[in-house]
Amino acid sequence: MMIETLVIVVLLTFLIVCTIGIIVLRDLLAAVILLGMYSLIAAGIFIVMDAVDVAFTEAAVGAGISTILLLACLSHTSHVQKPQQHNNIWALIMVSLTGLLLLYGTMDMPGYGDANSPAQQHPELAQRFIHESGSEVGMPNVVTSVLASYRGYDTLGETVVVFAAGVAVLALLGLKRREGLEPEDDEPESGNRRVSRQVADGEQDRGNDGVANS
Amino acid sequence: MMRRYRQQRHRVLQIITKLLIPFILLFALYVQFHGDYGPGGGFQAGVIFAAAFIIHGLIFGVEKTRQVLSPGVVRVMMSIGVFIYALTGVWSMMKGGAYLDYNVFADNPLTGQHWGIFAVELGVGVTVTSVMISLFYSFASSRV
Repeated sequence: MMIETLVIVVLLTFLIVCTIGIIVLRDLLAAVILLGMYSLIAAGIFIVMDAVDVAFTEAAVGAGISTILLLACLSHTSHVQKPQQHNNIWALIMVSLTGLLLLYGTMDMPGYGDANSPAQQHPELAQRFIHESGSEVGMPNVVTSVLASYRGYDTLGETVVVFAAGVAVLALLGLKRREGLEPEDDEPESGNRRVSRQVADGEQDRGNDGVANS
Repeated sequence: MMRRYRQQRHRVLQIITKLLIPFILLFALYVQFHGDYGPGGGFQAGVIFAAAFIIHGLIFGVEKTRQVLSPGVVRVMMSIGVFIYALTGVWSMMKGGAYLDYNVFADNPLTGQHWGIFAVELGVGVTVTSVMISLFYSFASSRV
């Protein structure tokens, strides 16, 4: 228990350091890498808290895919953040106030791992999942039982959300070529582009894409 | 000349990637189908499966990856995943149960649950994989 607390405190300290780094750094590439680190540390904390499934998702999505996607975004823009011209004191006050309110809100939450919290004691929630899922669903992993069976509707909703996100991005970015908006490809190769096209110099003529796309 | 040099420069990465990709795919399938017993499930498996294609895109160029898995196919897969999930629910209704009530899929409710969860997780996996790959394609290739 003692060791666990120590590990969590150390990891949380890393998290804070990462966050400050992300805010302070003007170099966006470094900030994105730090963001990936942030997710990985968060995944570590989830593992210490025995939430393996969540940790798995955090590591795969947060540290993996979203870092890649942000890097791909960076390849479209500059690597350096523009220096902030204005100095908005009101924004700082509002953010601090909201932060304080959120902290105040956590006062009412049950302690971490508190067995007597309402969620743990509810006869139709945690109690039932833990005691009955073996005979009702039969999966050794209770998380899967809850996600896919007890909470099947929610997971359907989540899948639809993921689908909708994909459709939205396609609507904004993906279908450009179909309208015959041939992208210019004669810009000089700059370092910024590296992520998306690293070795893509062996690129076939761009006409291929139009075919593959339709 | 320049072109040749660029391709040679990433030779080590290319070979290592080629070695890694089958294992990434295999691990994704393991996470997908072993989610009932250990940590994992459709969502994580989908992301890992997509990661294999994304690393291919990063190292070999998105155009090459588009030839392996065309964006059109990915787009269709996006909807197929949701369709599998929703159809599982409709199927259970046709079998006489409630929507997404897996007990009716087999004589033994536990077997039915097993089948139902298998189908649902497959749907989640397919959708997540194809959405992630699709996002990567869109971000990596659109020249704004």
